[in-house]
Amino acid sequence: MKTIFLSLVFIAVGFGRVWAGDEPPTAISNKEAIDLVQSHADYVWTLVAAALVFFMQAGFALVECGFTRAKNAVNIMMKNLMDFSVGSLAFWAIGFGLMFGITQTGWFGTSGFFLSDFKPDGDPWVLAFWMFQVVFCATAATIVSGAMAERTKFTGYLLYSVFISALIYPVFGSWAWGSLFNGNGWLENLGFIDFAGSTVVHSVGGWAGLAGAIVLGPRLGKYTKKGGIKPILGHSMPLAALGVFILWLGWFGFNPGSTTAANKDIALIFVNTNLAAAAGAVLAMFTSWLKFGKPEVGMSLNGGLAGLVAITSPCATVSPLSAVIIGAIAGIIVVFSVIFFDRIKVDDPVGAISVHGVNGAWGTLAAGIFNMGGTSAKIIGVQMLGIVACFVWTFCAAFILFKIIDKTVGLRVSPEEEGEGLDITEHGGIAYPDFEVSSYAQQ
Amino acid sequence: MKKIEAIIKPFKLDEVKEALTGIGVKGITVSEVKGFGRQRGHKEIYRGAEYQVDFVSKIKIEVVVEASMAGETLDTIQKTARTGQIGDGKIFVLPVEEAIRIRTGESGKNAI
Repeated sequence: MKTIFLSLVFIAVGFGRVWAGDEPPTAISNKEAIDLVQSHADYVWTLVAAALVFFMQAGFALVECGFTRAKNAVNIMMKNLMDFSVGSLAFWAIGFGLMFGITQTGWFGTSGFFLSDFKPDGDPWVLAFWMFQVVFCATAATIVSGAMAERTKFTGYLLYSVFISALIYPVFGSWAWGSLFNGNGWLENLGFIDFAGSTVVHSVGGWAGLAGAIVLGPRLGKYTKKGGIKPILGHSMPLAALGVFILWLGWFGFNPGSTTAANKDIALIFVNTNLAAAAGAVLAMFTSWLKFGKPEVGMSLNGGLAGLVAITSPCATVSPLSAVIIGAIAGIIVVFSVIFFDRIKVDDPVGAISVHGVNGAWGTLAAGIFNMGGTSAKIIGVQMLGIVACFVWTFCAAFILFKIIDKTVGLRVSPEEEGEGLDITEHGGIAYPDFEVSSYAQQ
Repeated sequence: MKKIEAIIKPFKLDEVKEALTGIGVKGITVSEVKGFGRQRGHKEIYRGAEYQVDFVSKIKIEVVVEASMAGETLDTIQKTARTGQIGDGKIFVLPVEEAIRIRTGESGKNAI
C-alpha cells in the first residue's frame, strides 16, 4: 500500500514538473518530495494520536463517575472539564516553556512560554508537538480528580489544576523528556527510559493524587468508628466500564503516538499496549476471584488500566511476550495495592493511586528489566532513580500545594455539604433529576 | 373486606399476578420495598472490601378482596410465591373498614 502511495506521489511530482515545462525529476527532487510526504504523515499521525489521547478525558470522567455516588456526578464532570480547560491554558502560558524550553541546568526550561516558538511564517511543528503534549499534561492532571473524588472543594481543585499543569508536571517532564524539543533534562541524559510516560505522566498523576487523598482524609462513612472498612458503592458499573474501554482506545494514541512520527515502530507499540492491558485485566480478575470468591468487576477494570499504565514506559523497547508478563504482574499488583491503600486509610474512590502511581513505577522498572537491547544494573539503577525522583518531587510539591490550598481557600467541603452531595452544594444542580438517589445518608 | 399484603421475591411478581387475576382478583397495588426478616441481608464485595447488605429488595403486593375470597387469595399467593428457599417473604391480612371508588363514589364491595 505504502509503495503504491509513494509511486503515485512520484508520478504526480513528475507530471507536475513536465507539465510546467520544468527540469525532469532528479534524485534530489525525488528525495525532497519523499521527505515532504513523510513530514506530512508525521503531522497527521501525531495529531490523530493527540485526538485519541484527548478522548481519554472522557474515559477518566466516566470511570470516576461510575465509581462514585450519583450525588457527586456533576462535580466529577465539572472537575474533568475544568482540569483539561484550565490545564490547557496553564500549559500554554507556562508549562510548555518549563518542560521543553531551552535549559542551562537540566532542571527546567526557560523559553517558549505562550507558544512563543511559533512564528506565522515559521515551522508549524511546534504546534503539532504542543497539541500532543498538552493532552499528556491533561492526563496527568485528571488522574488526581479520581483519588480526591466526593469531598474536594471545587475552588481548591481549580487552583490545584493550574499548578499541576503549569509547574508540577512540566518540571518533572523536563527532566525526562525535555530534549524531545528544545530542552535537555538531567534524567534523560543518564539514559532514563520512559517512552510514553509511565512515570512522567501516570506516576506524577498518581503521586499527586496520593498527596491529595492524604491531605483531604477519607470520605465520611468510609471507615467505621471501630476502624472497619465500609465500602462506598459507585453508582454505575456500566459507566465505569465504558470509561475503561474509552481509555483503552485512547491508549492506542497515547503509546503509539509517542513516536510523533509515522513509522513502522507503531505496530509493535500497538501490540504491546493491547497485550499488556489484556493480561492486566485477566490477572486482576483471577486475583480477585481467588481472593474474594467472585470475579470482581471493579478490580478487573482497574486491572486493564494497570496493564496499560505499566506498558506505557516500556512499550517501544520490549517484546510482546514481555508485554504480557508486564501487564500480568500489573494486574496482580493493582489488586493488592488497592487493598493496601484501603487498609492504611488512604481513601481513593477509583483506585487512581494504585493504577497510575504504583503501576507507573512498576512499568518504569519493567522498562529496564525487560529491555530488548539488554539490561544491566546501571540501566535498572537509572530507572529506579527516575522512579524515586518522580515520587519525591511530585509528592512533596503536591503535598505542600494541597496544604497551602487547605489553609487558604479550603480543600475540603463541610460534612453537611459532603452528606448532601457536591452536585447540589457546589454546582446547584443534580445529575439525574428523573431518578431517585438512594445514597444521601452515608455517615 | 380484607386487605392482603404480601412481601415476595421480585422475580415472582408476574407469576403471582397471573394467578391472582386467574381467581378473579380485580386490582393489585405493587411497590418496590427493601427490608429484612429471618433471611437477614447478605455479604457482597466491592473493590476488595466485603460489606453487609442489610436491606434486601422485595416487592410488596396489596390486594383488597371480599372476606369470603380472602382464604383463596392467601392460598394462591402462598403457592405461587413459594420457592422453598429462605427469603420467600410473608403475607399479612388486615381488616378493611371501607372502600370507595373515587370516580363514581361507589362504596363497599362494589368499589373493590
